[in-house]
Amino acid sequence: MKTIVNGFEYFSPKTLEEALKMLSQYDSEEKEFKVIAGGQSLNLMMKQGILMPECLVSIKGLSELDYLNYDAKEGLKIGALTTHRAIETSDEIQKNFKVLVEMEHNVSSTETRNYGTLAGNFCHGDPGGDPAPVLVALNAIIKMASVKGERTVPAEEFTLDYYETVLGHDELLTEIQIPVIPPNTGVYYTKYSQILGDFALASAAVSITLDDKKEKCTDVRIVLGSVGSTAMRAKKAEEILKGKKITDELLVQAGQAASEESDPTDSVEASEEYKRELVGVLVKRVGKEALERAKKA
Amino acid sequence: MKQILQFTVNGEPRELLIDPKKFLVEVLREDLGLTGTHWACDTGACCCCTVIMDGKAVKSCSILAMQANGREVTTIEGLADGPNLHPIQQAFIDNWALQCGFCSSGQIMAAKALLDENPSPTREDIQLQMDGHLCRCTGFNMIQEAILDAAERLKGQK
Repeated sequence: MKTIVNGFEYFSPKTLEEALKMLSQYDSEEKEFKVIAGGQSLNLMMKQGILMPECLVSIKGLSELDYLNYDAKEGLKIGALTTHRAIETSDEIQKNFKVLVEMEHNVSSTETRNYGTLAGNFCHGDPGGDPAPVLVALNAIIKMASVKGERTVPAEEFTLDYYETVLGHDELLTEIQIPVIPPNTGVYYTKYSQILGDFALASAAVSITLDDKKEKCTDVRIVLGSVGSTAMRAKKAEEILKGKKITDELLVQAGQAASEESDPTDSVEASEEYKRELVGVLVKRVGKEALERAKKA
Repeated sequence: MKQILQFTVNGEPRELLIDPKKFLVEVLREDLGLTGTHWACDTGACCCCTVIMDGKAVKSCSILAMQANGREVTTIEGLADGPNLHPIQQAFIDNWALQCGFCSSGQIMAAKALLDENPSPTREDIQLQMDGHLCRCTGFNMIQEAILDAAERLKGQK
């Protein structure tokens, strides 16, 4: 059986303030540390020897960051320690952000969702992760804090590269803010993976907003996952749909454009060519469902 | 450097001095001798090592033992009442829901967490909740039957 080779110290600050002070101190001492919430990705990477921190700062005990707040005007606020399962089983989210529940059904297994957090998954920065495409499609805002203060960035700008984000060493993601979905808007997400809950070979989230007559598309966001170093907007594909009455033919064209824009790599599961083909099919299908939802919204 | 871990296992408070790099499954099996929790894929892919922590099913191979500090953990050893098997265990036997038995302790713990939360699950609820559990003897149908049967048995007890 695999065990972690390198030892580390384990700290559990009790408040956000204490945690931020700890991060600031370790950062100034140039200690190799990692922040752990549920650890459902981090623990496995330590087991594989990919990450070998000197210490772990466990924030799971910061109950002040475990919340879900919904307001009809301000939208949804998800605390950093809210588990996938809490999101998946929330009636308010099912009613107002159904796509989040659908996304959660794709995240690993119930056991992982019971302990892992949405924010932790997003911070992990795995390009195959499920939250990023959906958070970008929903225009989410990411709130971060350090001893120096707070700042926010759009979800779209949060992930920089494979497993790299804008988070400073001394910073914590504290809250994910999702604005109210605009009127006449439909959002959908799905992915292709070998079995349910596995990492995606390719995934797509699409948000479509129609005009008041529900004819022309006034706004669209097409976000691809697992086919680049981060979740990425397929902007050329979006341009094809914007301002037009969306037809099946136009969705096929958007799919082709997205396929060209995507940047997948060969893996043991599938070739680059196969993944590009998947992107085209996904954008067409997810776009069609988002359009249907926008018409009913 | 070793650190103190205090938690409750099957209703009994435990205090251990452990290396913080140890996973919960290692501590349960090696430090506490509770070998009913099985250690299989070791990558979070099969759910054999499932235990219940604070009422929720979790994978003990993917959680550091220190993450269980101050928590309540139930393993398969905590289900039977003396010589009397728990109704879910008996339902697994009566429905032929175990062949080699390797995945069974994880399946039964997940079924326990499911039935504690939802005493009358549909077949679809069971499929969704138990989705991560791999049984290489291909006994999935019998496992679902056993959980539906266990739900009835548990209702009958009340």
